[in-house]
Amino acid sequence: MSVYTTILRQIINGLQSGSIYALVALGYSMVYGIITLLNFAHGDIIMIGAYIAWLSMAKLSMHPAFAILSAILGCTLLGMLIEKAAYKPLRGSPRISLLITAIGVSFLLENLSQMVFGAKAQVIPSFSNIPSIFLGTIELSGTAVITLIAAAVSMLLLTFLVQKTKMGKAMRAVSEDTDAAQLMGININRTISFTFAIGSALAGIGAVLYCSAYPQATPTMGSMLGLKAFVAAVLGGIGSIPGAMIGGFAIGLAESLVSAIGLSVWRDGVVFAILIIVLLVKPTGILGRPMREKV
Amino acid sequence: MDKLVPLPSLGFIPERDLGSTPILDIHHLGVEFGGLHAVDDFNLIIGRTEIAGLIGPNGAGKTTVFNLLTNVYTPTRGVVLLDGVDIRGKSTAQLNRMGIARTFQNIRLFKDLSVEDNVRIGLHNAFEYSLGSALFRLPSYWKNERLAHDTALGLLSIFDMQSLADKPAGSLPYGAQRRLEIVRALATKPKLLLLDEPAAGMNPSETGELMENIRRIRDTFEIAILLIEHDMNLVMGICEGIAVLNYGRIIAKGTQEQIKSNPVVIEAYLGRRGEAKA
Repeated sequence: MSVYTTILRQIINGLQSGSIYALVALGYSMVYGIITLLNFAHGDIIMIGAYIAWLSMAKLSMHPAFAILSAILGCTLLGMLIEKAAYKPLRGSPRISLLITAIGVSFLLENLSQMVFGAKAQVIPSFSNIPSIFLGTIELSGTAVITLIAAAVSMLLLTFLVQKTKMGKAMRAVSEDTDAAQLMGININRTISFTFAIGSALAGIGAVLYCSAYPQATPTMGSMLGLKAFVAAVLGGIGSIPGAMIGGFAIGLAESLVSAIGLSVWRDGVVFAILIIVLLVKPTGILGRPMREKV
Repeated sequence: MDKLVPLPSLGFIPERDLGSTPILDIHHLGVEFGGLHAVDDFNLIIGRTEIAGLIGPNGAGKTTVFNLLTNVYTPTRGVVLLDGVDIRGKSTAQLNRMGIARTFQNIRLFKDLSVEDNVRIGLHNAFEYSLGSALFRLPSYWKNERLAHDTALGLLSIFDMQSLADKPAGSLPYGAQRRLEIVRALATKPKLLLLDEPAAGMNPSETGELMENIRRIRDTFEIAILLIEHDMNLVMGICEGIAVLNYGRIIAKGTQEQIKSNPVVIEAYLGRRGEAKA
């Protein structure tokens, strides 16, 4: 295989994992945008999604389509539940309390699933067998193609939702100025709940796509994935939706290009190096708004 | 302007508003912040189509009154009747739906959203369509979109701002941002519009235009307007009833003439005669 095809193949790999990071990063960014909370439990929602997929297929022998639906639905409900139970009572408290709570929720989910499902990795049956596609001499795995298409469709729908619908406008209004939005008659509880639902649904889609690439579920699988998606959100500019998409793809590509040049031990290292560089050079990220002081 | 008639013990409203429930009826409203009485024993009554003014020196508690009326702060005591309905326990968003809209002393537009979208945030509760119909672009979605667009442009035309509809709100000049805030507030279909220093930073000719517009808005929408203002030309030019606030308490209420000649008011603004002029 020529160097050229290896690099191209790595780019495809990078886009595949990048689109998963992007989907997860969107959840981080949307939640941060609306209540300035870094929801560190977001990665663990993916882990729960993976276990739901495993339960429904391996234990309840459901059709993969239903397994996918229940994983997405389960993540959505879990996200809304976490917001209602853990974050809503803290509205108006200092941001550090929210952050600590988010880390607590993350530990809770990880340890709870270790108690329930055990520490051993559970193998998730494959969702479907999609044949590979050949582009000239390059073989594209079916999973990669499906992942890219599913991520692209989700992002298009999200963009439409945020830009064109009433609820999307309410979300943007609340994220710019919560008090003014309330005074315009916008129900902020419903808007925040809706934001968590959308962010967690995207995490659910991410969980399904992640499991079709790496078909196993472990209690801690969400933490590294979540951290990398967080870096993607920071790189793109936290709070910005197109930023999260760009950041996700950039992180995925960086990872696989590092592997392509033979430094695969640095896969994780390079992601956090990017975080450090972004924080030093442009802390607001690629598309982030400069911080505005509220007077 | 109608002449004011006294109501038993409550205050004053314009004669034409006599037969109907006053839009705002405030009794003994008060709030404490850690023992400090920011507003104390505040009583005011506003007629359905009245333009009323709330004036007072800086720090008197005028904006605090607005924040109490919109439940941004929860009152410590007192009763507020909005159109005859007790507003206790209502959330800020519910109060907006019940008919109170406001603007801010320091402009708080959604700066990254377009001018039209700012107005459409105000229309948020006026148009209902399901998320499904939006995602699948059903005819009901398009119908609502067109209606919302037309309504927004219609409201912008009050200030002749239709041509700015696509501009980001943050890019407008200062005066236009102030006008847009009023349009956005009007979009929520208020019965009572609270304007916090609408003329701040305007030159005399802009202020004159603003006065005309405030009067026109009252006449077109048949609503009551309560405004906080330091510009005495504006207050004396359009306000029917005026309340003067100092240290969180109302020190005088009445018509312009009564306020202008009230020694307590003059003292609050200018200090007592013979006081050290250091």
